[in-house]
Amino acid sequence: MSETTTPATDPKTERPIVPFLALGPPPHLLGLRCSHCGTTYLKRGRVACAKCGETGTFEDIRLSDRGTLWVYSIVHQSAPGIPVPYVAAIVDLPEKVAVRCTLIDVEPDPAKLAFGLPLKMVTKKVRTDKEGRDVIAFFFTPAEKP
Amino acid sequence: MRDVYVLGVGMIKFGRFKDRDVHELAAEAALLALKDAGMTIKDIELLASGNLLQASNMIGQRIMQQIGQTGIPVINVSNACATGSTAFRDAYFAVGSGEYEVAMAVGSEQMGKAGLLGGGGSGESVEGILGSGLMPAVFGQAGVEHMRQYGTTPAHFAKISVKNHRHSVKNPLSQYQVEVSLDDVLNARMVAYPNTLYMCCPTGDGAAAAIVGSEAMLKKFGKKPVKIACSVLTSDPWTPRDLTLPDVNTLTRNAAREAYERAGVGPDDLDLVELHDCFATAELLHYENLGLCAEGEAGRAVDEGWFEHGGKTPVNVSGGLLSKGHPLGATGVANIYEVVTHLRGEAGARQVEGASVGMAHVIGLGSACTIHILTA
Repeated sequence: MSETTTPATDPKTERPIVPFLALGPPPHLLGLRCSHCGTTYLKRGRVACAKCGETGTFEDIRLSDRGTLWVYSIVHQSAPGIPVPYVAAIVDLPEKVAVRCTLIDVEPDPAKLAFGLPLKMVTKKVRTDKEGRDVIAFFFTPAEKP
Repeated sequence: MRDVYVLGVGMIKFGRFKDRDVHELAAEAALLALKDAGMTIKDIELLASGNLLQASNMIGQRIMQQIGQTGIPVINVSNACATGSTAFRDAYFAVGSGEYEVAMAVGSEQMGKAGLLGGGGSGESVEGILGSGLMPAVFGQAGVEHMRQYGTTPAHFAKISVKNHRHSVKNPLSQYQVEVSLDDVLNARMVAYPNTLYMCCPTGDGAAAAIVGSEAMLKKFGKKPVKIACSVLTSDPWTPRDLTLPDVNTLTRNAAREAYERAGVGPDDLDLVELHDCFATAELLHYENLGLCAEGEAGRAVDEGWFEHGGKTPVNVSGGLLSKGHPLGATGVANIYEVVTHLRGEAGARQVEGASVGMAHVIGLGSACTIHILTA
């Protein structure tokens, strides 16, 4: 497996919330592609392909920052401290991998959420960790403003 | 595998029992099943105990410590919401293999007011930041997928909640026994679109037990025969979005196909179905997954009342998880209890008249799916 990304951002002051987010610049999502069958995964620890079972043949790929809305739910009740309502979405990326995310800059209203809506990825700080680093998360937002 | 029969069932009323230990609830259900079978604990050769939230606490042995420590093999089972039904399957295999003559499965859970929020995972919380991994949103999204594909509406899902709550009024063991109107359901507090409060199963405590045995034991104890026509367990096969949005459909479809083949029956032969309505959206998906209606037709079938008591295929006449309750580990055995009770003609006011073939379906996210078809 090869290293594709050397973050130009300072790991001492900020870090991504999940291993498949690279802070860039520009920020982007990381994928793993099985060189045997082409199945793509979000980059996390993985020892073999869940689809074909082949081992040790993953290629690091950079995922597109554009996607389309597959489905969503609008969460009105959650754990304490989580602001509601929010749009919990499943977004399809062109590399044939889906990502779970929160949509921002959209109204939490089914009438305003068209299936297939073009979306783009953005990042922002969501909290500070115990070491004082900014924790950076990704979100998706409509690609074209109405 | 030789033929295996259900010789006894027992279930306590689901509810909240915060002052009692879960193994007491489980032991109570076990004693009810023993009484029903006309047996004592000395007749039981193996115990499979299903419990999820206290999976490391040896609940099976604690049950034996309550009702009789005979030293038999005890298996503690954990398999998400399919925990109880997997324990039942273990008991079935113990007898079917010919190694044991009589085995008991007990499912139990004490949840308090905490639900099964999401699938494991350690590290820092991303809930609300990277969408939601909690069950209400996941099953909301699964319902929205059906809306996207077939134009299904929130009212279709809501009607399922109305049906199951109506059914539960006639089940004295149901956690809730209250009718709700379509307006009540649609106007209730939204939890995760499209599921409102009444379209989400409650949390709760409960226990159920089932005793299975060989044909020789059936004759010895003289019960009305209820045969386990098949016991199927599947996990989620690879599908394109399964690792992001758990695919609750494909493993159920695989299980249904295998179950019908093994049992030698089809969907039209089923007199009743207890299926896993953890959310109203889930029940609608499973109508199609189990072949109870054609692809994309579930909304129309709901409108036409196919799954009402007295309809084409009555579904969740117990009240379902939505009203009867869903104490995780207990659910899979409680479904068996319900189907057996109907096949024996002992279901009282909610009896499906003349029922001779019934299905119990359970799905646990992660994922595990069981289907048992029972015949009288």
